[in-house]
Amino acid sequence: MKRFTPIILSTLAFLLGWDLLTRYSGIPNFILPSPLSVWTRFLKAMNDGSLPHHTAITLTEIVLGLVVGVTFATVVGYMLAKSRSLEKVLSPYLVASQAIPVIAIAPLLVIWLGDGILSKVVICALIVFFPVLVNTIVGIRAVPTALYDLMNSLHASRAQILWKVEAPASLPVFLGGLRIGATLSVIGAIVGELVDAESGLGFLLQLGDFQYDTPMVFVAVFTLIALALMLYGIVRVLENKFLKWQN
Amino acid sequence: MQGFAVPKMPHTPILSIRNLSAVFQNENGGLHALENISFDVKPREFVCVLGPSGSGKTTLLRILAGLIPPTSGAFTFGQGEEPSIGMVFQQATLMPWRTVTENIKLPLEVKKIDEDSARKKTNEMIELVGLQGFEDSLPRDLSGGMAQRVAIARALIHDPDLLLLDEPFASLDAMTRERMWTELSNLWQARQKTVIMVTHSINESLFLADRVLVLTQRPGKIKMDMEFDLPHPRKDEIRYTSQFGKLAKKLRGAIE
Repeated sequence: MKRFTPIILSTLAFLLGWDLLTRYSGIPNFILPSPLSVWTRFLKAMNDGSLPHHTAITLTEIVLGLVVGVTFATVVGYMLAKSRSLEKVLSPYLVASQAIPVIAIAPLLVIWLGDGILSKVVICALIVFFPVLVNTIVGIRAVPTALYDLMNSLHASRAQILWKVEAPASLPVFLGGLRIGATLSVIGAIVGELVDAESGLGFLLQLGDFQYDTPMVFVAVFTLIALALMLYGIVRVLENKFLKWQN
Repeated sequence: MQGFAVPKMPHTPILSIRNLSAVFQNENGGLHALENISFDVKPREFVCVLGPSGSGKTTLLRILAGLIPPTSGAFTFGQGEEPSIGMVFQQATLMPWRTVTENIKLPLEVKKIDEDSARKKTNEMIELVGLQGFEDSLPRDLSGGMAQRVAIARALIHDPDLLLLDEPFASLDAMTRERMWTELSNLWQARQKTVIMVTHSINESLFLADRVLVLTQRPGKIKMDMEFDLPHPRKDEIRYTSQFGKLAKKLRGAIE
């Protein structure tokens, strides 16, 4: 419990400061709603089912985007780590693709793939791809050559080298990439939804914006923060479980 | 010293090395690491390859382990079969995410030995190298000597045909190193493996081996092939005998 004391205290201080600001600054509620009105809006959105519904949509996009992005990044990253010539051919394209902000191509993807869930999953996967790719390459390249020597002296197969050496040895760096990718995935889904969507937290956010329902915008933003923290937390749990040997 | 019967060594070689050369490509055309190395190893012989750094000792070991191909020449093992190899490196080269037990068990996993007999063999090895109580420790919690003992146990567990040791004690402090000599000597007595060990320590080679090959500076050629008959099992005191001193002097003279 002691561990959480600082975070609880800082949250309380934040809420208190926010509340005092809305009470005494004279800023109207539709510009800066009070904590209480956001809370009331939250309860309402929970009760009429709109918040759970849109959260589920966004979460689905994020999870699918993560699965697709991480899978591609891991496979491509492994191949690039193993082949210098392949890296030479592909890396200019990969770096160039990173120079394009996802926000700029998101409208294109929505035009091509429709305003449904697919375009969001793809945007999400694209944004997740790069950090996981880079960390997979770095992780695999950092595997000590001595461990390869050891495995080769035992006549180990390539699959055995992959699962007994490369995977565990590169896991710390890989999970570092996944941690970044997981938080970025939330951005990917929202960017897609803001371009055009019929549902999802981005849609809810825009709806609140159009209707001057500012408390609703706050509810959507806080839900997004909660999703990002949850994903981050899941990766941390994985790290604690699989990287006990580190320290 | 009577009583400890070392079986007479048969004279058919288990390992024949013929005209082995190794050249590494570099900017100046090529670096000759080894030149025309030929020798035979008898079954259960403990051979030390002694030489200054840069004499290609490690290259020789890596070729025999199948890690790199020789530029020319060849070596054959037994009737031409692929030997199973146990290797110990300068650093312990343990997997930091595996416990002592899991590290030692690795060769049996690679060879897909069933879990029950693998566990039994691992426990035997842990006892043999005196690591009881550290079964579940991680490499980061081991001292250098203990880590190298894990590496030796791992090299022996699959009962290899050939044990290749690449300066296994070079990274240890002097006291630990000398204790490890006695332990390795006893292990070799117990297991009777064919061993090729690379070292640059004259004392180490005389204490452990029955035969020492001295290599020249790069490119490494065999300068001296000396067999000797110091009694087994060897104790620390042997290093202060006059025979040991004479042999050491002879080797010292052969090394540039």
